[in-house]
Amino acid sequence: MPKISVIQFPGSNCDRDTKHVIEDVIGCRADLNWYESADLSNYDGIVLPGGFSYGDYLRAGAIAAQTKIGNSLKRAAREGKPILGICNGFQILTELGLLKGALTTNSYPKFRCEHVYLKVNNTESIFTRKFDKNEVINLPIAHKEGRYYNQDPELSELKNSNQIAFKYSNKEGEVTKASNPNGSCENIAGLINEKGNVLGMMPHPERASEDILGSTDGKKILKGMIESIN
Amino acid sequence: MSLSNKDFKLIREELGREPSDVETELFINLWSEHCAYRSSKSILRQFNSEGPNVVIGPGDDAGVVELPNGVKLAIGIESHNHPSYVDPYNGAATGIGGIVRDIISMGARPIALADILRFGSLSKEKNQYIFEGVVEGISDYGNSIGVPTVTGEVEFDESYNGNPLVNVLCVGKVEDLITAKAKRSGDKLVLLGSSTGRDGLGGASFASEELDEDSEEEERSSVQIGDPFTEKQLIECILEMNEDNLLESCRDLGAAGLGGASSEMCSLGGYGAEINLDKIHTREEGMNAIELILSESQERMLIEVKEDNLGEIDQIAKKYDLDYSIIGEVTEDERYRADFEKKTVVDLPIDFLTEGAPLYHRKIEPSEPKQPILTSEKGEKSLKQKIDEILSSHNIGSKEWIYKQYDHEVQIRTILRPGEADSAVLRIEDNAIGISSGCLSKHCRRNPFMGGLGSLLTNAMNLATVGGLPLCLVDCLNFGSPEDKEVYWKFREVVNGINMGARALEVPVVGGNVSFYNDSEEYQQPVNPTPSIGMLGWISDSSNIPDFEIYAGQKLIRLRGKRRNYKKLEEDNDMDKVIEEKINLINLARDFVKEEDVSAARTVSRGGLIAALAKLVYSSKKGLKAEVKERDLGKEITRMGYAEAIFVSDHIPDKEEFNVIGEIDDSGKIEVVGENQDFSLGKNEINKKIEGLNKYMRGN
Repeated sequence: MPKISVIQFPGSNCDRDTKHVIEDVIGCRADLNWYESADLSNYDGIVLPGGFSYGDYLRAGAIAAQTKIGNSLKRAAREGKPILGICNGFQILTELGLLKGALTTNSYPKFRCEHVYLKVNNTESIFTRKFDKNEVINLPIAHKEGRYYNQDPELSELKNSNQIAFKYSNKEGEVTKASNPNGSCENIAGLINEKGNVLGMMPHPERASEDILGSTDGKKILKGMIESIN
Repeated sequence: MSLSNKDFKLIREELGREPSDVETELFINLWSEHCAYRSSKSILRQFNSEGPNVVIGPGDDAGVVELPNGVKLAIGIESHNHPSYVDPYNGAATGIGGIVRDIISMGARPIALADILRFGSLSKEKNQYIFEGVVEGISDYGNSIGVPTVTGEVEFDESYNGNPLVNVLCVGKVEDLITAKAKRSGDKLVLLGSSTGRDGLGGASFASEELDEDSEEEERSSVQIGDPFTEKQLIECILEMNEDNLLESCRDLGAAGLGGASSEMCSLGGYGAEINLDKIHTREEGMNAIELILSESQERMLIEVKEDNLGEIDQIAKKYDLDYSIIGEVTEDERYRADFEKKTVVDLPIDFLTEGAPLYHRKIEPSEPKQPILTSEKGEKSLKQKIDEILSSHNIGSKEWIYKQYDHEVQIRTILRPGEADSAVLRIEDNAIGISSGCLSKHCRRNPFMGGLGSLLTNAMNLATVGGLPLCLVDCLNFGSPEDKEVYWKFREVVNGINMGARALEVPVVGGNVSFYNDSEEYQQPVNPTPSIGMLGWISDSSNIPDFEIYAGQKLIRLRGKRRNYKKLEEDNDMDKVIEEKINLINLARDFVKEEDVSAARTVSRGGLIAALAKLVYSSKKGLKAEVKERDLGKEITRMGYAEAIFVSDHIPDKEEFNVIGEIDDSGKIEVVGENQDFSLGKNEINKKIEGLNKYMRGN
């Protein structure tokens, strides 16, 4: 059975939720690993959970990216291990340079917690292959610094190489300004690296993995990642 | 603030000498209204705080109850009113911090927050500034520490000009129960967390004063600054130490700082304490003994630790980058001693300090004449005007602008989210709990007894609409100065009303807080009596909770009791009968939700039937047609009855209290047919009114 490491930074707060879904809902092994002592070579996949690492002081994810686990994460990414960064995890991945662009304060500069619709833009990655092309899924967001920013030529490259995983959309799958909750460029909600083994996303798949919580679309992302390991 | 002559005389007699400066300051704070409940204790005694589910009642940092599935929950409520006036952002943020530490000091992981907030009307710029600051303070602090804010209540009323209310409720899931009672002499007292500074000095005594125009300038140093990151580290650190059985007892440093926490903890256990103030890790140089012992710097906890365990405490504190200092120990003799720069600056009989404050016997004077409660809109307004006013009111409409700023889903327990129902629902293992919070402040002003009772019943009905059986409650009682005879009378009446209802419902009061002196000198008024209630309900079957997905063709069902003249019943001393009837309605509602397939249910509360119907239509995006066969449609549709509700279901209960009054359709409209009058509200009209607050705050 694959082993997933869920990294705990000081201030992470979705670590236990993520472990619960991987273990109790999907039935795979997940360990909580404190950032200072985690040995990633023992694991087949890594999740950077949501939260406020180091209180989001300085800039969301900036301090966590400077800790020594940063190098281990880069190595794991090079080795092709699947890495999923959720919310604060996505911010850490951009700060580490494992994903391109940056995440900044929402265009309406308040925290925003709600369920949103996403259009699945790339269905070929290990994380998204359980979805149909252009499928519309429902996941919750909860962030204040989730506005994705990038510019050309990088932005065009991302589009051309199919690295945009999810876009904020309406229920019908139309990518509109009104359906963009934070002002992200191109309505980008999730991004994959060139190699296809690193996904960063602002919405929370672990919060939408059980029927009782209203949506199970998120489970497919985690499941896709875990099943790719075998 | 200073000690009254009476208190000073008593202290001198007890000690047989003059108290030192440090001792005097300790008495000022520990004997303050805020800490010692001197005006309220004699009245609060009537509450029943016992029951088969109660593990720990009032007196510890938080109450603890056991659910039928064996899980223990800790629950507490606190006010942070004055600090939130002076510095809305930090005042509200540190209010969250304080109640969360009360929960972790029971060995519980905080799982939910709820905020009961009161502000003056938003037409005043200053109120808007306070409102925005408070919401942002709660949002930044609560979100960062990873505790979901799942419900709450907000009301705007002119009585809160110059004195907003910020009441915070926290629920925690007990991992390994610990208490705030010191366990044995010789154990070390360890101060863990942030360093001690001069911020928040004398907060307890500040909370026991009226607010005036200069408060803002003068009292800034009484307001603490919050650091949610350190709080989060403290939560994990305390829970890890507790999991490893390293903590003997634990107490949050709140009002009256280290002096309060250390004396109360040791006195509760029947011990004394010896503190060395020089050992405290500080954030600034040159602090004197008074500052050290009374500082209310945030994110600090006091723990009792066996000497042998200090090594492990050190390791865990280091893991979480937290500082600590071993500041003293529990002693056998029941004295409270503190040394500073090699001199003993405090040496007091510990119980005298913590329990010795004499209670006040306040004068009482009813406001005459006693006013009837305003159950429906009066006057010559047209039906349309009445409906307009209700639905456009910021107190009735959607609060989305507020709750979207709160992470209400972290910890993945939230089954019903804010805005969806009248209670939040959280899963607990394979079952669930409902949380309802709030009160009917305006009713409490006009008829405090009925207002108190009505607040209690409304919370119980809110729980019934999600199938919840009330388990326990906590209350946060916000009033003006108890020295005002009328205010004090209202206080007694409100407590009587809550008590009578709680006893009849068999819901124990497991904790609470009293906040007096909510008067604004600037506006020359006390706040409306505001007894914020937080009630927990048990939901055995988490798979049969209304999901608020409704369909065209489903029946709209109304539950209501007989119309009564409350004023007459109160005069005739016939309230027992009324309460019995109301509780019967609450039970009928709960049984219906539990036993049948009910798609949606709403309490008919503020704003009456029309408000409940509009919320149903607004959130479901469906429409409805209803028939309300009453002579005065305007009165009937705006009236609230304390224990009434509407339901959407395919099943119709076979009880006379339930009536089918209409049907759901896809129109998006509300159409109501009365005996002499009809009315209809279009989709856009409803949305526009209900979204009034959200649009106002977003500036569109």
